[in-house]
Amino acid sequence: MTAAPPAAPPAKRRRPHPWVLWTALAIAAVIFLYPFVWLVSASLKPRPQVFDNRLVPSDWAPENYTAIWTAAPVWTWLFNSVVVALAAAAAVTISSAIVAFGFAYFRFPGRNVLFALVVGTMMLPGAVTMIPTYLIWNELGLAATQVPLWAGNLFGSAFYIFLIRQFFLGLPRELFEAARVDGAGYWRLFWRIAVPLCRPALIVAFVFELRASWSDLLKPLIYLRDPALFTMPRGMKAILDQFGQAGEARWEIVLAGAVITTVPMIIAFFLCQRYFVEGVATQARKG
Amino acid sequence: MNVAVRRRETWAAVGFLSPWLIGFAVFMAGPMVASLVLSFTDYDVLTSTDFVGGENYRQLLADPKVRSSIANTLIYTALHVPVTMVVSLALAMLLARVGRRSAGFFRTIFYLPTITPKVAVGVLFLLLFNGQVGLVNSALGSVGIDGPNWTVDGPWIKPGLVLIGAWSLGSTVIIYLAALQNVPRDLYEAAEMDGASRWATFRAVTVPMISGALFFTLIINTIASLQTFDEVYTAFYGSANQQTYGNDAALFYVVYLFQQAFQFLHMGYASALAWLLFVIIVVITVVQVRLSRRFVYYENE
Repeated sequence: MTAAPPAAPPAKRRRPHPWVLWTALAIAAVIFLYPFVWLVSASLKPRPQVFDNRLVPSDWAPENYTAIWTAAPVWTWLFNSVVVALAAAAAVTISSAIVAFGFAYFRFPGRNVLFALVVGTMMLPGAVTMIPTYLIWNELGLAATQVPLWAGNLFGSAFYIFLIRQFFLGLPRELFEAARVDGAGYWRLFWRIAVPLCRPALIVAFVFELRASWSDLLKPLIYLRDPALFTMPRGMKAILDQFGQAGEARWEIVLAGAVITTVPMIIAFFLCQRYFVEGVATQARKG
Repeated sequence: MNVAVRRRETWAAVGFLSPWLIGFAVFMAGPMVASLVLSFTDYDVLTSTDFVGGENYRQLLADPKVRSSIANTLIYTALHVPVTMVVSLALAMLLARVGRRSAGFFRTIFYLPTITPKVAVGVLFLLLFNGQVGLVNSALGSVGIDGPNWTVDGPWIKPGLVLIGAWSLGSTVIIYLAALQNVPRDLYEAAEMDGASRWATFRAVTVPMISGALFFTLIINTIASLQTFDEVYTAFYGSANQQTYGNDAALFYVVYLFQQAFQFLHMGYASALAWLLFVIIVVITVVQVRLSRRFVYYENE
């Protein structure tokens, strides 16, 4: 029985002991971190010991990481991923900022309806437009290139338009009016005033898309045929197919690959943690 | 504002909006219509295309794989979304009780799995949940439970995926924590003065005050969950030694859609599948919006 003595005055509610709180958080933290530790540790074990589930390898096998470099063109894949992710993030940030400024600064008939439409497209499942989008790139002769992985981002994306517009709306209008009086054009208002003042929002959009693009598997599966063009996740899938699963059962290579796929995102996260958290929190505020 | 200025402003606005307007026409509205049209054809890229009327939809209703992939996806969603929401809320409530610095520290830990690429999550799933040598079963074994074959046995695949899915709940935690931190303190003080039990306070203060965030995560987690692809495809589908492999218990809807469209090139049929998915998502979202109107509390109303 855990009930308090019946005579206890109800006014003073018993708070849980702090150690209950800290223990619960610590257990949760271990559960969330353990798979990473397991992954890194197992990736450094020789093949027969990969599944021994020991926290610290009994024999170290850092050569797994040299083996993967000869087994698969990992540098090429990493390079491809970096290029694609940077292009995707830059494209979506710039185009979304332009569109967001259009919605934030100008007053024109039908603005609210149009903006509602923008927000509504956030609900549109990507799977529905997947096939015709493929056919468009195919028609343009770009279906087997990396272009479809980022070029769709040149047209803005609803979530980022929403996010950046919120920031633009927070700027005092007098700022723009003063510049107008001085003869500044609209582009100048956008590029010289709005953009520099809303840099944090732009960084949020950039890092969010960087992550999304880096992690994407579906588009690379659809578009990329030539292994020399693979992004890291697509390459990772190829490694899994060849060395794990129905393949050669060299799981230490698969594990090293999984670490290599993940580490750049972990680094990016620690560099821009603030922006990741801000981006997620903003997501909720639109709800 | 005079008419000339207003007109100039409108044209400038159109200029700024043009990327989105073009993108909407070319990559959203156009493809929506195109996939609807395609869904009435037998388009397969290679041979000539014929209009086949409702044939694809008839085939789709009779296709056992459509039925099982819908069932798999719905079962997974029905488990994954509540588990994610409940665990996230529990974690967020713990975080709301510690100081901001500690909360930030733990929040980082809870968010790390979310930024892990889903391909790596799929690999981790295969290995940690492996029936013979996986960490999960050896942990279960140490308390005397004989764990199932999570990655092989049909009925255990979805529960396993729900567990690994719960690992990536970091965004939901952040959203709830932000919402909890916005609940006015005096509401809790008032509840305490009234002698409300902790459960009563939770139901009468916490839940209504964060209902907006709960509703939002319900909608986005459901939509995302219905389109689960990356980690499932990684773990269960692919080709090795020129042979494709797969596991029907892990046949999620988008996996089947992808196979039909890009492996078998049945693009007409896959377009019908895509439209069915769209309809399913719209219906589920509308139902959720309707239901939650009764529960969501908006401060400004």
